[in-house]
Amino acid sequence: MSPEYSELLRQRIAEVIARYPKKEAALLPVLHLVQRETGSISPEEEKFIAGILDLKPIKVREVVTFYTMILRQPLGKYHVQVCSNLSCTLLGAGTIIDYLKEKLGIEIGQTTPDKKFSLSTVECLGACEQAPCLMVNFDYYGNLDKERIDRILASLT
Amino acid sequence: MEEKILTKDFGLKNLFKIKVYLQQGGYKAVKKALEQMRPAEILDEVKKANLRGRGGAGFPAGVKWGFVPQKTDKPKYLCVNADEGEPGTFKDRYIMSHNPHLLLEGVIIASFAVGIHSAFIYIRGEYEAVADRLEEAIAEAKADGFLGKNILEIGFDLEVVVHRGAGAYICGEETALLESLEGKSGHPRLKPPFPASIGLFQCPTVINNVETLANVPAIILNGADWFVKKGLPKDGGTRIFGVSGMVKNPGIYELPIGTNLRKIIFEAAGGMKDGKTLKAVIPGGMSAPILKADEIDLAMDFDSLVEAGSMLGSAAVIVIDQETPILEVLKAVSKFYSHESCGQCTPCRIGISWINKIVRRIASGQGEKDDVDAIICLAENIKGKTLCPLGDAAALPILSICRKFRQELEGQLSR
Ligand SMILES: Cc1cc2nc3c(=O)[nH]c(=O)nc-3n(C[C@H](O)[C@H](O)[C@H](O)COP(=O)(O)O)c2cc1C
Ligand code: FES
Repeated sequence: MSPEYSELLRQRIAEVIARYPKKEAALLPVLHLVQRETGSISPEEEKFIAGILDLKPIKVREVVTFYTMILRQPLGKYHVQVCSNLSCTLLGAGTIIDYLKEKLGIEIGQTTPDKKFSLSTVECLGACEQAPCLMVNFDYYGNLDKERIDRILASLT
Repeated sequence: MEEKILTKDFGLKNLFKIKVYLQQGGYKAVKKALEQMRPAEILDEVKKANLRGRGGAGFPAGVKWGFVPQKTDKPKYLCVNADEGEPGTFKDRYIMSHNPHLLLEGVIIASFAVGIHSAFIYIRGEYEAVADRLEEAIAEAKADGFLGKNILEIGFDLEVVVHRGAGAYICGEETALLESLEGKSGHPRLKPPFPASIGLFQCPTVINNVETLANVPAIILNGADWFVKKGLPKDGGTRIFGVSGMVKNPGIYELPIGTNLRKIIFEAAGGMKDGKTLKAVIPGGMSAPILKADEIDLAMDFDSLVEAGSMLGSAAVIVIDQETPILEVLKAVSKFYSHESCGQCTPCRIGISWINKIVRRIASGQGEKDDVDAIICLAENIKGKTLCPLGDAAALPILSICRKFRQELEGQLSR
């Protein structure tokens, strides 16, 4: 019943743990590594990680629920995260969000039925000079307008 | 006189590569510090330079380093605060992606001065590409003998690890950062004890912002007097002002500390976008109380801004135009802090989300007569009543918006 994790993942986890004076400190990096492979951190993953780091699963759960970038459910292939903080709002984040909702046919927090896109709003991405901006998975896109969004979405296949 | 310290070579292609960086005289400061200076001399020079922390609070870096006990049987740690979560702030991203070796030089010199052999760069999780770049720079520096074992063959060891956060503004607060780095939720610790005595893994720890450390190499190379002359006697050097919002040219502008705010907006950043007029400015990241359009003839240094009832914070300048309803600004501020409160202290957890609900009610056209007073009352009861400064960081800008724009806000109340 326990899911298969790749040998490479296990290797990278071991490397990461070795960087810290205490195993537990590797929890966030390990969560990032596992999530990259599995898409999200389910109770199965929590147990797996807890085992590796000698932690109680509840401890892992506590951390998983604290950090917004650690996902408890898998999202679409592309996670579109639009900044809704002040500098982006001043320059039209609201319009950008409405346009994305309309184009993708989903509300904030939802995933398209084909599991391709998920849409979220996020706080300041630290790219306010390119406002309004968004992130797709880990890629930044700034100076958005409707045409640019069309092009970005078209490039994501 | 060349005014810039940190960004002067940003125009160079591939400055982030050690080869290019060395051609620009890179790692000379590390060589000078490690080969020709004693740790105590470095500490003195940085103290004399009046290098104040660029992360927000403006605490003098040299003094902070001096708090770390020299003799201890515990390991000591350096944590670089690269969390950059303060809304409006993006300067550290520029330093790390354009000039990662400058930061590493600062890290090496600070570590040598304090006797540290292990440093962590805590970077916000969204800056994945920047974190990768830092890791490449660390590998390059190691290969060239500036990091790792027996640096420059003087018997000094230092390992630097990049640690990615995972989306929590509170982890920029230094004690929450330590908790997070230890693999826990980012709940700030009660101070004292201060991290200099009990920090990461209960060991003495220095925590400095990226920009703070990036200034250290220039201080070592050119001396404290030179650095002070770049800025003000009690507040040396430059600041990287990150200007965003309704200006023609949003971006980073490295200028002497004490540069006039009006000049930053209307000269450096090119003034307002066409057809827009200035309404208000948030001068130091979202936590800084707002300034009205007629309050911006101000020197941008820590003390002047405190005098003006605001703060220099992260030197992120957010420019707001007349057409933007002040309610939009209040909405963004209350939404942000209610989302980012770590939940540990009741006044912050309950108070800010309560304010946020009232603000949303006003925005939906259902505002009630006493709503502005209710917000002020709530904010007053958050202020000074929380374990970490996040409570104040929310309460103070909210209070300033309510008090300075009361009339406009009350005009939005329908009932
Ligand atoms: C809620 C909160 C968030 C903070 N976020 C950051 C941050 O993202 N980056 C940073 O350098 N300092 C941040 N700080 C300030 C740090 O607590 C700390 O003062 C700073 O890292 C010290 O470095 P410095 O003396 O070099 O400025 C924050 C403080 C608070 C209260
Ligand atoms: S406000 Fe959107 S990136 Fe900063």
